[in-house]
Amino acid sequence: MSELIKNLEAQAKEVRLTLLDMIHKAGSGHPGGSLSATDFMTALYFHEMKIDPKNPKDENRDRFVLSKGHVCPVLYTCLGLKGYFEKEVLSTLRKEGSILQGHPDMKRCPGVDISTGSLGQGISVAVGMAIAGKLDQKDYRTFTLLGDGETNEGQVWEAAATASKYKLENLVVLVDNNNLQNDNTCDVVMPTLDIAKKFEAFGFETITIDGHNMGEIVSALEKMRNPNGKPKCIVGKTVKGKGVSYMENVVSWHGMAPDADQYAQAVKDVKEGF
Amino acid sequence: MRDVKKIATRDAYGDELLVLGKENQNIYVVDCDIGKSCKTVPFSQAFPNQHVNVGIAEQNACGVAAGLATTGKIPFVTSYAVFGSMRMCEQIRQEVCYPMLNVKIACSHGGFTPANDGASHQGIEDMGILRTIPNMTVCMPADYASARKLVRATAEYYGPVYLRFTRDGVPCIYDDNATFTLGKANKLKEGKDLTIIGNGDVLNLALTASEELEETGISVTVLDMHTIKPLDVDAVKEALATSGKIITVEDHNILNGLGSAVCEVLAEAGKGIVRRIGIQDQFGESAPYERLLEKNGITTENIVKTAKELYSL
Repeated sequence: MSELIKNLEAQAKEVRLTLLDMIHKAGSGHPGGSLSATDFMTALYFHEMKIDPKNPKDENRDRFVLSKGHVCPVLYTCLGLKGYFEKEVLSTLRKEGSILQGHPDMKRCPGVDISTGSLGQGISVAVGMAIAGKLDQKDYRTFTLLGDGETNEGQVWEAAATASKYKLENLVVLVDNNNLQNDNTCDVVMPTLDIAKKFEAFGFETITIDGHNMGEIVSALEKMRNPNGKPKCIVGKTVKGKGVSYMENVVSWHGMAPDADQYAQAVKDVKEGF
Repeated sequence: MRDVKKIATRDAYGDELLVLGKENQNIYVVDCDIGKSCKTVPFSQAFPNQHVNVGIAEQNACGVAAGLATTGKIPFVTSYAVFGSMRMCEQIRQEVCYPMLNVKIACSHGGFTPANDGASHQGIEDMGILRTIPNMTVCMPADYASARKLVRATAEYYGPVYLRFTRDGVPCIYDDNATFTLGKANKLKEGKDLTIIGNGDVLNLALTASEELEETGISVTVLDMHTIKPLDVDAVKEALATSGKIITVEDHNILNGLGSAVCEVLAEAGKGIVRRIGIQDQFGESAPYERLLEKNGITTENIVKTAKELYSL
């Protein structure tokens, strides 16, 4: 295993521990989807994206849109660990006056490129950012993370069609395919069918990977740098609650904070494995 | 109806966009496959690099515009009043108004102006709905000249604006020297007995009514309240101080539009008396425009009658 992958795996562990601490202190939040998206997010923020925490508004920066806005603990953690704001701020999640709102707010939090929280909408905004980049002949890329349940929203497919029409090779859609949504499994609530095939039908270059295998994530992101006129989609097969024994694949950990005992167990699970 | 030249305000939108697009490369149009009806085709031909057509997908159009706006563009999302206010309502709230992005929603087919299209295409609730979203400005110009200037004012202002235009021709009221500011009413006539506050395509009815009232000895102030949010509260208070008697006239549901906004000021002032003329909380149908207005009492005759009643109180 390369040094890079080893470092990113260690980084992902730190991200998991930090976001669990945030949600525990906040007393509410969304751990399940934050943990399933952690490896994707770590690879983006600590490897793939061209960003500078000291210059969060740089017009040539890569953009990131958290279309599944409720998993902002993982986004805030990446931003905090990268140095967009003081690490102490991470313990203010969901508190009155905090820059870390319950769902991301671009006006308050440096590094948040667009406010999100209403599912299905972020991908459209990402498409707008990518169109602007193309028309202005800038070489930044736009990344957006969607939930699999989120693809229930029809707007996702309106946006996908637009990405294809405008040949947005500078757009990378990542789907956190953990197969659980708010009420139940995707299969029970609304079967997603083959998400990669659906994006492919909309003209995307797609790849399906193990969304917790850092090596696969890094090489998929590398592959998706290909300027072939096609928008990109990486579907990551993931586990909701990944890394915490009692959260993995449990629907109710979509939006619930661990209490003191549960938190201690979660830290142990992430640090030592299980 | 005043016997003057009539032009649809959607034409003013298309004409002013063409000028703005040349002056400022950041002016963008996001179309939803009704560019022909909304008069954006000349813009799209002149400035293909400032134009996006997302097809029949209004929700996406709004999000794409928000994305463009984060990079400094000034996108005008173009649709009909029904779709531009309701189909993309939550997208406007979440991705435009909440982050206070510089996106404009510009809609033709306001009120009963798409008369023969029937109820599905007559946007009668739009201004009221968008008035309740924080950070939003809501405006309907009354004629061609004012529409051109208010489109320009919208482009020059930073922040979300909803603009509403007419499908069909409306009488020209203003000359080219008139000036307009978003949020400031224009006084078209000064009188002491009562004030008629109107906007959009039916402002001309208020003007005609005021002339008839003058002949019977009732002197009337006429205000063009093109922007219902932010409402020109000072202008309403001035009307309160002058006569305390106000009639509102709008091609919009009487709920939550211009009339409601004026009533809010009067109610909180604890004085004054108001009569609202507008769509009587009912859907339209395919019919001539004048018939639809008539069925809702939006006529010169009804304004005159209401004014006389108010005057005698």
